[in-house]
Amino acid sequence: MHLIRPVQGRPLTTSTPSLLRPTTSQAGPALTSEKYPQLKRNPSFKSLTSEDVSHFRKILSPGSVLSTLATPDAPATEAEELHAYNSDWMGKYLGQSRCILRPKTTEQVSQILQYCHAQRLAVVPQGGNTGLVGGSVPVFDEVVLSLNNMNKIRSFDPISGVLVCDAGCVLESLDNYVAEQDHIMPLDLGAKGSCHIGGNISTNAGGIRYLRYGSLHGSVLGLEVVLPDGTVLENLSTLRKDSTGYDIKQLFIGAEGTLGIVTGVSIVAPPRPKVQTVAVLGVDSYESVQKTFIAAKQNLTEIISAFEFWDRSSMNMVLAHAGTNARDPLADEYPFYVLIETSGFKKEHDDEKFSEFLEMVMEKGFVTDGVLSENASQITMFWYLRETIAEATVKTGPTYKYDVSIPVPQLYNLVLDTRQRLTDMGLYKEGSADYAVKEVTGYGHVGDSNLHLNVVAKEYSPTVSSALEPFIYEWIANHKGSISAEHGLGLMKAPYLCYSKGPSMIQTMQRFKQLMDPHGIMNPYKYLPAAEKSA
Amino acid sequence: MSSLRILVGCKRVIDYAVKIRVNAGQTAVEVAGVKHSMNPFDEIAVEEAVRLRERHTKDPASGSPKVEEIIAVSCGPAKAQETLRTALAMGADRAIHVEVDEKQAANLQPLAVAQLFRAIIEKEKPHLVILGKQAIDDDAGQTGEMLAGLLNWPQGTFANKIDITGDNAMKVVREIDGGLETLSTKLPAVVTTDLRLNEPRYASLPNIMKAKKKPLVKMTPADLSVDITPRLETIKVTEPSKRQGGKKVESVDELLDKLKNEAGVL
Ligand SMILES: Cc1cc2nc3c(=O)[nH]c(=O)nc-3n(C[C@H](O)[C@H](O)[C@H](O)COP(=O)(O)OP(=O)(O)OC[C@H]3O[C@@H](n4cnc5c(N)ncnc54)[C@H](O)[C@@H]3O)c2cc1C
Repeated sequence: MHLIRPVQGRPLTTSTPSLLRPTTSQAGPALTSEKYPQLKRNPSFKSLTSEDVSHFRKILSPGSVLSTLATPDAPATEAEELHAYNSDWMGKYLGQSRCILRPKTTEQVSQILQYCHAQRLAVVPQGGNTGLVGGSVPVFDEVVLSLNNMNKIRSFDPISGVLVCDAGCVLESLDNYVAEQDHIMPLDLGAKGSCHIGGNISTNAGGIRYLRYGSLHGSVLGLEVVLPDGTVLENLSTLRKDSTGYDIKQLFIGAEGTLGIVTGVSIVAPPRPKVQTVAVLGVDSYESVQKTFIAAKQNLTEIISAFEFWDRSSMNMVLAHAGTNARDPLADEYPFYVLIETSGFKKEHDDEKFSEFLEMVMEKGFVTDGVLSENASQITMFWYLRETIAEATVKTGPTYKYDVSIPVPQLYNLVLDTRQRLTDMGLYKEGSADYAVKEVTGYGHVGDSNLHLNVVAKEYSPTVSSALEPFIYEWIANHKGSISAEHGLGLMKAPYLCYSKGPSMIQTMQRFKQLMDPHGIMNPYKYLPAAEKSA
Repeated sequence: MSSLRILVGCKRVIDYAVKIRVNAGQTAVEVAGVKHSMNPFDEIAVEEAVRLRERHTKDPASGSPKVEEIIAVSCGPAKAQETLRTALAMGADRAIHVEVDEKQAANLQPLAVAQLFRAIIEKEKPHLVILGKQAIDDDAGQTGEMLAGLLNWPQGTFANKIDITGDNAMKVVREIDGGLETLSTKLPAVVTTDLRLNEPRYASLPNIMKAKKKPLVKMTPADLSVDITPRLETIKVTEPSKRQGGKKVESVDELLDKLKNEAGVL
């Protein structure tokens, strides 16, 4: 039997090990600046000197500054130690920062930014570094400001459920913490063991509880943010309702570190459901996935907490990757799998509803086979299948990841059309390992119209990327979707924003950016398309 | 014998994954509002019975006898029926529920359970009884052995592998300290399961639905003329002492200082 972390329903007490970073080829990925020669270092940014590093050492404690530049009072750090901060989770991007700063207090963050602002030193804020769009690592020699050391819980009010904490708290530890007091974090995602709440907020992360608890734009009540010039914006409100003035915190939700650094978070945690049940269903067509979804929405209304799907290709990769950690829960293979989770407070009530629903979808033929969790370990096992897909694809090969919103009826067509296009171009053949692309796989949060299209290649290559982009973005624009549902824009999607937002929106965004960060030092080269030299 | 009747035990226990809390009075652990499920060793017992059946159906020439019936038995409160439904969904044919109230269930001791099983076994006349080696709530690990003693049957405890050949003979590979031991015995016999005997299946939806229609009979200890009065008294239940969290130090000097002055090991 598998020894599985203690859970009640979903993870409760112990932590998942930090996500394994999929290691790429021995040589490691190429430098981002070499891979994307069109990116040019902004010459107005200062190059880091050992005086700068000395200055940072005055602000922070000695162990909190890592730099490959020696200073009179400290030797240089081995470049290797900086590697983890320079490279992203997918092994796709590699920056060349020579200085990592790990402040412990908001005041320190403020002093650092004040200095960087005055000196024109570019800065990349970094949370758990699990971001999937290249936003969390430097492109050139930007200073990395890691929130790793800012991980204290400031307060929790069990009456309102409002949690106030540092931005560097790991999501899973927060969930464990509030679980002790019968609450649940309103979001959960596969990277929970590593990602920070500040990173989640900065990417406007969605994840698997979105269907139930909605967007961070609703659950975040307040933020403490250090602006690029060092000003501390104090807005750690714990009020559910507050209609006084512009709701400035909303701007930082999803700003990906381009407007300032989130240092403190006030977020409301709902009561933790006491009973959870998970079913994994084998489904014969995408059509039936949709029918099952509609039936679930109508019949499991107040108890449904997740509706996820994945395709055969995802399942194959997970099973191959997981080895003895997982097995196919169903006797036969299916083209599609649906995972439904219910969460509630009275077992008998939820069981009755869920089993009536399952009987109905089986009778109607939407679902061919399935399994229903009988204990907490099985809940973990079933979720494991869904949550390991991201890791399994990256272990299978370098992965082009697209996280998109598309109306549910057209959602899976993007996978089919992409497969077709790659096949026509001679880059892919289903079931064959001899082509540039190994797998084209689709999974995601159908319940939120959110598809993850993953193209697993033999290697990152211009041929594959030009086959995929802008094709995919055009496809999405034509179907009125969004090119980023929950992962953000980062470096990867900045040039393509125009596929989802019109000129007036982009210009307004650029004006905001200019206003908040006049020197453009915060997470440069990313997020927004380069502004036409404006007045 | 030409075909086999198997009886399996299924106890409803606090879910393996739940963090156990001791109640305020330190008399027992908290059970109210806590997730329960089938004792993992009992799941293995049910699985093994179903596999024995499948071994014959898949290959009648294998020498493994035909399994005529699998009966799941649970002694416990009303909700033990959920556990029995799970056993039925995994492949048991019918179920017997010996109902006791919540209070009695909290203190139902191995000897009483063994006596209840004996009474049922005398009626049902199974050839093989498979129980878990222990239930993960009380961890007593005695019921199987006591039952074999009461019945005066042979026993194969901590089973890692079970093989039954046509003529009433069974081979049980047992997990023992530092290795495995193989026993041969005649049926009827009692087997208790160890962790590596098998990996239990998930109950499939069609089988969960079928299980709702399978027979489940309810009876009481009185119906079986068994006195379940506890023989042992629990004096006190306490939690293990808490582990202190680790700390990060900034420098070697600080480490040395802490080892000397806080931990007192230098
Ligand atoms: C296995 C896996 C599964 C995932 N599943 C999901 C999912 O289901 N849903 C989903 O939405 N996402 C998912 N993601 C991606 C998701 O965006 C990130 O995991 C997470 O939200 C980022 O948090 P982080 O702390 O790692 O941020 P990082 O990766 O460190 O940073 C992300 C961005 O935010 C900025 N940033 C980070 N911290 C701060 C801060 N304190 N202040 C200002 N800016 C900051 C960075 O500069 C960067 O631009 C997944 C990732 C992985 C690896």
